[in-house]
Amino acid sequence: MSAIDVHSLSKSYGKVRALDGVSFAVEHGELFGLIGPDGAGKTTLFRLLTTLINPDEGSATVDGLDIEKDYLSIRKRVGYMPGRFSLYPDLSVEENLQFFAALFGVTVEESYDLIAPIYKQIEPFRTRRAGKLSGGMKQKLALSCALIHRPSVLFLDEPTTGVDAVSRSEFWDMLADLKERGITILVSTPYMDEAKRCDRIALCNEGRILGIDTPTGIVQGFDKPLYSISAKNMFALLERARREEGVEDCYPFGEKHHLVASAGFDEERFKAALADVEGVEIVSAEPTIEDMFIKLMRR
Amino acid sequence: MKQNFGSFVKKESLHILRDKRTMLGVMLIPVMLMTLFGFAISTEVNNINVAVVASEHTDGVHDAVERLSHNEYFTFKGYISQDEIDPCLRSGKAGAVVVFASDYDRRAEQAAAGIATKPVIQLIVDASNVNTAGSATAYLQNVLLGAASQQAMFETRMLFNPQMRSAYNFVPGIMGLIFILVCAMMTSVSIVREKEVGTMEVLLVSPVRPVKIIFAKMIPYFAISCIVLVTILLLARYLLEVPMSGGVGGIFSLSLLYLALSLSLGLLVSTIATTQMAALLISAMVMMMPILMLSGMLFPIENLPEFFQVVSNIVPARWYIDAVRKMMIQGLPLVAVWKNCVILLGMTVAILGISLKKFNDKLE
Repeated sequence: MSAIDVHSLSKSYGKVRALDGVSFAVEHGELFGLIGPDGAGKTTLFRLLTTLINPDEGSATVDGLDIEKDYLSIRKRVGYMPGRFSLYPDLSVEENLQFFAALFGVTVEESYDLIAPIYKQIEPFRTRRAGKLSGGMKQKLALSCALIHRPSVLFLDEPTTGVDAVSRSEFWDMLADLKERGITILVSTPYMDEAKRCDRIALCNEGRILGIDTPTGIVQGFDKPLYSISAKNMFALLERARREEGVEDCYPFGEKHHLVASAGFDEERFKAALADVEGVEIVSAEPTIEDMFIKLMRR
Repeated sequence: MKQNFGSFVKKESLHILRDKRTMLGVMLIPVMLMTLFGFAISTEVNNINVAVVASEHTDGVHDAVERLSHNEYFTFKGYISQDEIDPCLRSGKAGAVVVFASDYDRRAEQAAAGIATKPVIQLIVDASNVNTAGSATAYLQNVLLGAASQQAMFETRMLFNPQMRSAYNFVPGIMGLIFILVCAMMTSVSIVREKEVGTMEVLLVSPVRPVKIIFAKMIPYFAISCIVLVTILLLARYLLEVPMSGGVGGIFSLSLLYLALSLSLGLLVSTIATTQMAALLISAMVMMMPILMLSGMLFPIENLPEFFQVVSNIVPARWYIDAVRKMMIQGLPLVAVWKNCVILLGMTVAILGISLKKFNDKLE
């Protein structure tokens, strides 16, 4: 049995369908990523799986336990780090950790070996109030607290949002380490570049899952030629490119535009057609997860 | 799991202790209210300036004026003419004007002999403050009736509060108000804060039942309220000199029951409100207004319109304030207010039951 099993799960808030028939499975010891923009339904999915809310339709199991029937047992086994900072800002680092240990009926010492690699980095500040920590340190404390009872499944809802690039990278190193210890991790992120640190990812948008695969598999699924184009007037370029023959899609991508070509596309002909647009450059590009995401979203 | 209950209480106490401003407020507000209501705000009549209109200064009039000027509550401001009445009251030179008819003496003698109706004295009172005006009129009538010594007279004795000290009246009211403020408002805000900050989510995703966390939350607030209770009782006894003849123990026990009720109310509010602001507003508007208006704290319940008299029955403070008054001022023992105790206990159980039922261990 998988660590997390989700069968056509749906949840609505009023008229808004936050989650619309989502199904997937996460294997034991897997680092599984939910990738998608705000409003994709990631937080709703986390709340369902951590038994905070009940689904309208569908079912799911966590560690073999049903999220509706066995919710009390699930709560003993999972660690949860919500999207926003949810520790006590007026308590010190140490007091927060001790409180969460007490909450799960364990002591900090019992789990020290598990949290040590993370907690050691903030231990020098253990008497500091949690509210006065930097973003990266807050996140390390929150992760320590979520791990204090040695959960078998860890739910991390956008743990790297609002954290600097270095801390973000460090954080993913820590997750890789925890995965080595056999903990199943479900993590969500709006950052496409973080997706490749996962074993498998699910691309989500507007309450649906658009595709599930390994990061390489996802990229390989992009079967059309892709180009990166630029010009002096990027907006005019976008407008014009979209009307050209053989252009399936064209969208802003960082400083450049990405152009998805169909069978009849020719680079030289494209350049010639856009001769009146100043400084047009076109080079072949490697597809990324984001390109695949956009492709799936447009379908 | 027993040892972790202690750590929940500890965590909650740390929250309170670290929020020094709130802590200070909780301790100072009762002292402030007690002094304010005890001394500054009072409906006692003091130093009312009285002017007299009398066309003839007869013996009867002299007698009456003599009594007025010797009374500590009134200051005799002299005789004025009929035309000066209005300007005098408007400018505030006089708070009340006594008008004697020119045939006052003659009528009084005839009335004594039983051959005419009683003489009429007109009282013109500045009623811009209704409370003072009411008491002033009553006092004036008493004093002037005494002057007409020929007449049969009322003899009024004020029991329990012979000096009509308003502090006696206000202390129970303040107690009824403060515990709702401290317990209900502060517990509801502290529970709702967990929802608002997001820590409630993490608490719920744990094996501990939220009820346990909630009860751990109540303990420190209960302790603070006990300190406040002792402060109030000390202030009442030694600063405002309220007699407390019914025994402090009874008042204390009853107040503990009221504290429990206030805590349950706070819990109820926390199940309804989702933001700290909403919790504050509900506590302030929905709970404080009825206490001020319908509990008998400011206005006697008997004076309320019938509809509000009925409504006042569900205001817990009404029963508490009533019982405290009986014990503090009338000197009755706790047993004498058993009915109030039963009602308060019933309310506590009901409110606690509803809130625990409403308190979900899910987010919705």
